[in-house]
Amino acid sequence: MSKLPLRSQLAVALGRTAASMSRLAGKGDGSVIGGRIGLRLDPELLTRLAADRKLVLVSATNGKTTTTRLITSAMTPLGEVATNAFGANMPTGHVSALASAPGARYGVLECDEKYVPMVLKETGANLVALMNLSRDQMDRAAEIWLLAGKWRKALELSPQSHVIANCDDPLVTWGAATAKSVTWVAAGQHWREDSWCCPECGGPLDRQDGEENSDWRCRQCHFARPRPDWVLRGDHVVDPHGRAIPLSGLNLPGRANRSNAAIALAVVAQFGVPPEQALPLMAEVKSVAGRYTTVEHQGRTMRLLLSKNPAGWLEAFDVLQPAPGPVALSVNAQGPDGRDTSWLWDVDYRILRGRPVWVTGERRIDLAARLEAAEVSFTVVDDFEQAVQAVPPGHLDVIANYTAFQNIRTRYGRVV
Amino acid sequence: MSSDHIKIVWIYPDLLSTYGDQGNTLVLERRAALRGIPTETVHLRSDEPVPQDGDIYLLGGGEDRPQILAAQRLRNDGGLHAAARRNAVIFAVCAGYQIMGHEFGGDEGQPLPGLGLLDIRSYRGQQRAVGEVVSDVAAELQVPRVTGFENHMGATTIGPNARPFSKVVSGVGNGDGQGFEGAYQGHILGTYMHGPALVRNPALADLLLTWALGRQLQPLEPSWSERLRDERLNAVVPS
Repeated sequence: MSKLPLRSQLAVALGRTAASMSRLAGKGDGSVIGGRIGLRLDPELLTRLAADRKLVLVSATNGKTTTTRLITSAMTPLGEVATNAFGANMPTGHVSALASAPGARYGVLECDEKYVPMVLKETGANLVALMNLSRDQMDRAAEIWLLAGKWRKALELSPQSHVIANCDDPLVTWGAATAKSVTWVAAGQHWREDSWCCPECGGPLDRQDGEENSDWRCRQCHFARPRPDWVLRGDHVVDPHGRAIPLSGLNLPGRANRSNAAIALAVVAQFGVPPEQALPLMAEVKSVAGRYTTVEHQGRTMRLLLSKNPAGWLEAFDVLQPAPGPVALSVNAQGPDGRDTSWLWDVDYRILRGRPVWVTGERRIDLAARLEAAEVSFTVVDDFEQAVQAVPPGHLDVIANYTAFQNIRTRYGRVV
Repeated sequence: MSSDHIKIVWIYPDLLSTYGDQGNTLVLERRAALRGIPTETVHLRSDEPVPQDGDIYLLGGGEDRPQILAAQRLRNDGGLHAAARRNAVIFAVCAGYQIMGHEFGGDEGQPLPGLGLLDIRSYRGQQRAVGEVVSDVAAELQVPRVTGFENHMGATTIGPNARPFSKVVSGVGNGDGQGFEGAYQGHILGTYMHGPALVRNPALADLLLTWALGRQLQPLEPSWSERLRDERLNAVVPS
């Protein structure tokens, strides 16, 4: 901090005051308002705060908050790590995260996909982890092909940044391919509807679909899956030395989190933290901003799963209790959710057949029309509590999109 | 097309299916099945030839680059042109709607050739149109007020051989200052409406089935789609 110019120190101090006031007023954790005030007073604040630190940027459509947590946890042996743990993943949040940990030599910053070029330019981050790209809230988000093109340009201009990228996602591979150095992680890709065409030339991609072989290549041009350095294979990660490392100790469920863990292991290995040291630390992460949290309420054990887009629903289905375990679904369409609900038709809900399914949220009728077409039996309820009362005591899986999730979480206990 | 069997061809889901376009396919299948009419659906990848014996062809929305690729491939293939000559039903949404016309705006706004099957011209508009749309359908189509969600940068002008599909009540629609949404010409119907449009507007789905079968259909019991339509209409234009 002492190295910061006076104006920047003032910017940090005022930002921090604003953040505390925002917290006191009960308006969230204050990291956005604090960062906003800091950046207004010193537009180069992010660059200054990033100087002399080793920074990791983490970006993807899905899993960036969780992976940021896993990496941060695994880096604790290195000393204090600055991070935007509350998911404030734009520059304002990055400023707050770095300003609140002035002594931290390391930083792990979750970064919104659109902001990767800007944040990379301002921070010159040492490492960039890129995991997946898929359709997401298209009424406000960028087109993903365009986005990957912007990553390419930004990485080309940032030769000091080493990239850790998921080579099972063709669009991410293309987005990362201009980096000077890349560690490729075969971290899996379950949602493939956005990657049937070659990002390089538009030709058809030929894809393998096996646990042992998820190779892909363009039928028309040279573009093909790079040889992976790390490979996620079922419950194990195979490291560059060929050692199979079991992931069974992780406390976050499902293949999506095994994929997140594979990326995290490759990231921290760059800082000299070996998998055997990293994994027990990653196992300490049990829920992330309420996701995967279990809430007890009147004899019901509710597990809260956040799903914001089609790829996210696939991941949530993967961790459901076996049928006929009951499921409650809640969908809203406010700004953060995306106001267009058409994406519901990209999700294959037939997997819910044979379970008791409750449907709620502001857009429950959209969901009902969707489930009707999928021939899934369901009950529509006006209020989530009615679903809770209707299921017998025991386990209830709850899948909700962003604001619906926050509503349920606020109502039944905020556990971070 | 007179036989009671409907072949649906979903054109290029690998390029033109950004937002739930599969829903249009599913709702056509379902509304046919409820009337005992068998359907067969082809999910046609963009490296495959367009079948010429389809009864209903569906095209969805897409990003700029996939839209350009789809237009090139469909022009080279010629199968959709042949289908249009047979008077097959073509329902095209958003990017798919634009490429049915004479030209559309490319990723830099440059004019690119479309398929020329629908007498419209599209170009890049001034600002992105995003939000709910409600419009009143041309009287001769006998479809009640429709609801959808639009998300497009393009604007579209209708030429003399096509007709406006509907008149905008709320939202932007074609965005060329004429106040229309969508266009149709014979059995080719294009719209900016996602939603998906046929889910939110069951009567529109039935219109396409009627065109394909060449006969009137028996009415169905109201489904959740009708409730969804009512709910959306009420949310956008409170009665």
